[in-house]
Amino acid sequence: MDALTVLTTIAAPLIRANVDTDAIIPSREMKSVSKTGLSEGLFAGWRYLTMGERDANPEFILNQPAYAGARILLGGENFGCGSSREHAVWALHEYGFRAVIAPSFAPIFRSNCVRNGIAPVILAASDIARLAEQVAVDPSAYRVTVDLQQCEVRCADISVPFTMDSESREMLLEGLDAIDLSFKHRDRIDQFMREQRRVRPWLHELPSSPPKVDVTI
Amino acid sequence: MSPMTLFEKLWSQHLVSDLGNGMGLIAIDRIFLHERTGSVALKSLREAGRSVLDPSRVFCTMDHIVDTVPERSDDTRMPGGKAFITETRAAAQAAGITLFDVRDPLQGIVHVISPELGIVLPGTTVVCPDSHTCTQGALGSFAWGIGSSEAEHALATGTLRVRKPKTMRVRFEGELPPGVTAKDLTLALIAEHGSVGGNGYAIEYAGEAVRALDIEARLTLCNMATEFSAVTGFIAPDGRTFEYLRGRHYAPQGSLWDQAVKDWRELISDDDAVFDREIVIDVTQLTPMVTWGTSPQHAVPIGARVPAQSDSGTSAEAYARALEYMGLQAGQSLLGLKIDAAFIGSCTNSRLSDLRRAAAVLRGKKVAAGVKAICVPGSMSVKRAAEAEGLDQVFRDAGFEWRASGCSMCFFAGGESFGLRERVVSSTNRNFESRQGPETRTHLASPETVAASALAGCIADPRELQN
Repeated sequence: MDALTVLTTIAAPLIRANVDTDAIIPSREMKSVSKTGLSEGLFAGWRYLTMGERDANPEFILNQPAYAGARILLGGENFGCGSSREHAVWALHEYGFRAVIAPSFAPIFRSNCVRNGIAPVILAASDIARLAEQVAVDPSAYRVTVDLQQCEVRCADISVPFTMDSESREMLLEGLDAIDLSFKHRDRIDQFMREQRRVRPWLHELPSSPPKVDVTI
Repeated sequence: MSPMTLFEKLWSQHLVSDLGNGMGLIAIDRIFLHERTGSVALKSLREAGRSVLDPSRVFCTMDHIVDTVPERSDDTRMPGGKAFITETRAAAQAAGITLFDVRDPLQGIVHVISPELGIVLPGTTVVCPDSHTCTQGALGSFAWGIGSSEAEHALATGTLRVRKPKTMRVRFEGELPPGVTAKDLTLALIAEHGSVGGNGYAIEYAGEAVRALDIEARLTLCNMATEFSAVTGFIAPDGRTFEYLRGRHYAPQGSLWDQAVKDWRELISDDDAVFDREIVIDVTQLTPMVTWGTSPQHAVPIGARVPAQSDSGTSAEAYARALEYMGLQAGQSLLGLKIDAAFIGSCTNSRLSDLRRAAAVLRGKKVAAGVKAICVPGSMSVKRAAEAEGLDQVFRDAGFEWRASGCSMCFFAGGESFGLRERVVSSTNRNFESRQGPETRTHLASPETVAASALAGCIADPRELQN
């Protein structure tokens, strides 16, 4: 995973409440068992005029030339709610997004962002509205900075601090792999499992095969 | 020792290592996968040269993409769906995990079959790359939805890195009025406190009305904790829980059962335990609920009208967008609103008791002309049990399609769907834009409200048919 420290880029406002993961990547756009090939399907229901086609809806923010190359998305409350599909984050990442700024995130989506090098930044809705207003004046002149080192979002005269839990921040800053990190505790995990097996054996001792059901399907 | 909430007990029993800053390395007891998001986790794990730590505690089902037509195979109506099924099968076999395959008599929706087979138990941690995993908290487990990367982490290490959530208790007090169900409880909660009301919390559902719910209804209640943006929802196990689980295939047997029940009896919040937040809802005032908009928080009592923006708990922009999408106007009555389709199914409401209650409404009556009505049992076991009591005949005689189990039309994956701008009353969990099909208008409700509406051809109050 790429490390993310300070990001300065065009920011695209998509400030709607409850943007769900099926809006981010519709299920019909998840065409193969893969983490890639998803960016074309990003926001497909809004981005294209006809379902299944690729005829750009000129009204949609990402189709407006002024926002081309945006890597920061300004969102609304409960961003990423709905299905747990990580494809939503993979699609955002493949498209180029490295940060989403919203007043709140659905918990699974938020974790998925951190696992894939996208910073989920929480700011008050009023601050996001101010950023969007500034950006709208001229998106390429008023670029937005997400500074993970200083924990600050900046744009022109606007400067807003944010908080992020240290684990998420370090994973993003260092581009760490969570599995590698946890494997450092391997001895402790083994010890825990042995103890758990002794105290609560039913957690570990399961029948080796499913029940036999005598019916024909 | 200071008094603990049930969540704190579940957390401390699974804390492998305190990672500092509110993070814990949590031992995972059960992992469930499905063909939509589990396949990519298994594939990615293998590509990274890692293996599944303990395959005996990992299960997989085919529920999301598989067709629900009776003579189904690996071919699906969803374009490209077959690859998800065949690749999941190959990956599951290679990993040595237990798979409930397309034509397995035990196949079904993950959150239906896990309790049914006794895979989830009180005091377990259960994860699945599926947002509705919180359903399984109904048995007294810490169960929550994760992404595919976290699924890889759990498969490889037997643990997850978890930020300790805050604790909330939601007490549903009083006796449920007739015709009001667990589905109505959860919709009422989300309507009152908003779709982000549970954000950051692990929620214990408690109170007299919850204690009175059977296990299947408790599964319905916990199911929509994710629509409340909570990390999870759960219910302290009690005598009903133990009776439900006794003898199920993966539940402990013999002396191990006695030992387990003794342990499970401790899984309650201590009397003086302090929660970060507490909500009390008087259920005696509730009626069946139905949604009018495009978020589960847009739910109102079935006799109510579409609220004004000022009463909708929604911004002016979101409100206008929702009304336009749904083809409704402020002040319009929901009762009597003409529908095109009725759907009973999903991990929310597709269990035997759900089908029994819907069938009681339908018995001897006919679905209104022009209404497409579909019933999809949550598992093949539910389907067989329903057929053994003749419920399939009740549904069929009324004009419902009777399907094989799966997630089916709870969501649109490019295959089967309701039509453009068709209005559907649905026993599912999400009424998001285009969730059930392109521009489909979904009204969430209980199975009996769906059944009553199917008969009337419009949104209808089931209590009038139950009397």
